Formats: sequence, C-alpha cells, structure tokens
Amino acid sequence: MDIKDEIFAGWMRDDGPETDVVVSSRIRLARNIDNLAFTHIAGHDDLDKVLRTVEEVIKSTRDLADMKIIDLDSLSVFERELLVARHLISPELAQNWERRAVILSEDNESSIMVNEEDHLRIQSLLPGSQFQKAWEMANRVDDLLEAKLNYAFSEDIGYLTACPTNAGTGLRGSIMLHLPALKRTNQIGAMLNAVLKLGLAIRGTYGEGTEATGDMYQISNQITLGQSEEEILENLSGTARQIIYQERNARSVLLKEYRSKVEDVVYRAYGLLKNARILSSEEALKLISEVRMGIYTDIIKGISASVINELMVIISPAYVSKVEDRELSSYERDVKRAELVREKLSSISIL
Amino acid sequence: MLCDECKERPATVHVTQIINDQKSEVHLCEVCAKAKGHLGFAFKPSFSVQDLLAGLIQQFSEEPELPIDMSFRVSDKCEVCGMTLEDFRRTGRLGCGRCYDEFREQLEPLLRRLHGSSKHIGKLPRRVGGIAHLKRLEGQLKKELQKAIASEKYEKAAELRDKIHQLEKDIKRGEVS
Repeated sequence: MDIKDEIFAGWMRDDGPETDVVVSSRIRLARNIDNLAFTHIAGHDDLDKVLRTVEEVIKSTRDLADMKIIDLDSLSVFERELLVARHLISPELAQNWERRAVILSEDNESSIMVNEEDHLRIQSLLPGSQFQKAWEMANRVDDLLEAKLNYAFSEDIGYLTACPTNAGTGLRGSIMLHLPALKRTNQIGAMLNAVLKLGLAIRGTYGEGTEATGDMYQISNQITLGQSEEEILENLSGTARQIIYQERNARSVLLKEYRSKVEDVVYRAYGLLKNARILSSEEALKLISEVRMGIYTDIIKGISASVINELMVIISPAYVSKVEDRELSSYERDVKRAELVREKLSSISIL
Repeated sequence: MLCDECKERPATVHVTQIINDQKSEVHLCEVCAKAKGHLGFAFKPSFSVQDLLAGLIQQFSEEPELPIDMSFRVSDKCEVCGMTLEDFRRTGRLGCGRCYDEFREQLEPLLRRLHGSSKHIGKLPRRVGGIAHLKRLEGQLKKELQKAIASEKYEKAAELRDKIHQLEKDIKRGEVS
C-alpha cells in the first residue's frame, strides 16, 4: 500500500511501556543549515536548495537511504491532512506545503520535516512511555545528517532556530497521556497547575482551547536552553511518572466505588460506536476514550488498544474526506464516519 | 439580520458600546466591520507565540540602558539575510543563524527570560562545534583538579594539570585557525 493511503503509524502499536496511560512519546529536534535564510523569509531558491541538499544527504547516507522522501506538493489536501492526523507532520507543514517535504522511515517512527519553521525538524515518535529510546533514535538521525551538513550553531547559544523559544538544544519532548479517570474525578485542574509550575506546557491533544476532547493531554518542555537533553527529558518523564501513578489510582478508586457505573459507561460507548449511524468527530473521540478506559481496566476484552488508536485516525475529518476524495458537508461526514467506524469494529467481538 | 451599514449582507459582527451611560448596539457584516475598524477588536485576538515574543522584545529594547545605541541599531541589517531588528521585533523570529550574532545584545536578556539561561550546555555537533568540545572538557578537568587538590591527591592533580595545559594549547591553536 502506498504510504499516503495508510492509516497505521508505529506509535499506534499497543506494546509500548505504560500504554494504559501513555499513548505516545515524541522527540523533535530543530536544526537549520548554516548561511541560509530561515524558512519564513527564504525565497523559492533557498527553499529548493534546502530540499535538494537534504535529499542528497539522505540518498548518499547508507543508514538513511531507506527513508522515503515525500514532496508535499505532490499530495492532495486530504492526503496532507491525513499525515497530520497520523501525527507524522505538523499542521503548520500541511498548511504551508509548497516546497516542503517529509522524509519517513519505513516504520514511520522516524521522520524529518523539511522547510517547516526550521529547515529540519527531526522527529521520532514511539508508542507508550519511551523518551530515552526516542531520543536515541532522533539523536542518531541528527548525527548522520550532521556528518554531511553544516548546521547553524553557536558555542554559547547552541543550535540556532528561527524562533528563540527553540534555541539551544532545539529539543521538544512531548508525551501524550490518556487521563479519563483524573478528568472524571475533577483532578485535571490541580494537575495543570502543578505541571505549569515545573516549566512544562500542557494542552489537550484534540478539541479546541482548554477543553481536551477524548481526555487526551500532551505535556511538553518549554525550556530548550541551559539544560542538557538528558535533564530536559528526565524532568518530563519524572512528571509523567507522577501523573501516570495518579491516573491509575483514580481508575482503581472509580472501579472500587462505582464499578457498575464505569462498566455501563464503557459498554454504552462500545455499543454506540458499533451501531451509530451518525457520528460527529467530537462524540467519536469521547466514545473512543471511554472504550480505551474499558480496555485498560479489563472491563472489555477482545479488542486491542491499537485498534482504538487507529480509530482515532479513521474518525479524523481528513480520513473521512479522503475515503470519498471530495469535500463533504459536515452531515455527510458524520454519516460516513459512523459507517467507517462500524466497518472497523465489525470483525471484532468483545468478551 | 442584515448589516446596519450596507443593508445587504448578513450581520455577523455585533458591537455594543456604552458611552456616558448611553448604550448603543451596531450590527455589521464582516466587510463593513473591517472598514469601520471594529473587526480587529471584536475578532481573532492574536496571541501567537510570535506576537507575545514581539512584545517581550519590545520591552527589552525599551530598557533605558541602550537609548543611543538602539536608534543606531534599528537600521542595522544582518549581513547574511538582510533582517533588521525592527523585523525581529515585529515577527518574533530571526532571519538566519547570523542574526543571533547581529542582535546579540537584544537577544541575551530575551533568552534568559525565556529559558532562565543563555548558555547552551547540551549536545555539540561534531563538524561545526569547533573547539567547544575542548572548552567543555577543560571546564570538567578544572573541576576535577580542584577536587583532587581538596582531597590531597597530588599525584592525580599533577596529571590533571598537565592535561589542562595540553588542552589550553589545543584551544589556542583552534582559535587561531
């Protein structure tokens, strides 16, 4: 299957550590090529030069040559949006797609965005909580690229980036957490405050503003300068460890006190996903979150979390539109979405 | 509801004004609201990172210690990309790696405000890292030397001292070339 038609991405596997709470861990390194204008003021010639230079390096480096180079100019709007829904490129890259590219490893766990806000955004994305491995992967790709590229770098400030908020290590680590029990026990507010005080940022992965549809939260570091990569990641994993612990506690309290209520929520959600004829993406995210909680509290068996992760892509407006390959009205989309979800769940019977 | 102004397009912008306790309501379409200057206020507050950063840069450049220098530097251009300090203030983004040198005075306080530090201690690239590796190693050895002296391990201290001397020579040679 062509890479642009696939739904799956490596982070959706359910065999990562702590996947009951942690969906995925991501590392991103911002790098720029020396003596070239940064992307936001670069002319066509400079953008093309970055693309050509990076392409040559990829093709001439034995350990990178397997990576696939995808020109965003060659994709349809739905195909670009689908890459966003699979978390393989940023929404910004999909919006400013001219003279941009993404370079993907075969398992989609490593990627390089070319001409994003910085010339290079090296990314690794793994299922569950594994910052250390994600950092090793991104660091290795960085070493291989750096063997042939002169980066914009200063001894004092470190890696130089278009926005000074990324300067220094250029490292952004982020971890996606599923926190349905903390949400239902009204503890999210307290957690947000604590996380912010540690110099970390937290936001809902889906949904608008502060509302996190589907109980998915993303925590990432804000500071990139004056700390080593290891310190930044230790700070993040340490915080995540605490939140994982709290979420597990909240789940067991909920189960102990309100077992029938929780079971009811989970089975209703599953029943709706399996049978609904009209599904908005918001409702779908909420139901998927409830089923996910059911899987990891052993309420329902026979359905794997990776199916749930795939569903999160299947319900995205990008995928629903892509299947029909045309712009759909929101009503048409909701009908089609319900059909696609039923199709995906048709072969599954829960125990 | 139609626009009060053009009476053609549907009103989507509703402005309530209270002046001297007199409340008045105006309903406008997007086009007329933009023309009357209401849209920028009523719509889309712009809080992107770049906007907020631009505010921070403004604040630092207005610090009284640099008044004369500033007026001179405003017209200063980065020789590689042509970016001016004014552009940086407006966009919150630098134009190229060289800008970090060109606008260093303004950037340092900003970086400290953003990150609590303006000194990189993370990864060093092998190709363009230059003698940064050596300098960092020198710093480590000096710390070890002090520890060795404090704990009276003079043999080890002498060894470390020789290593530091050699490193200093290498660093000097690196700086010359």
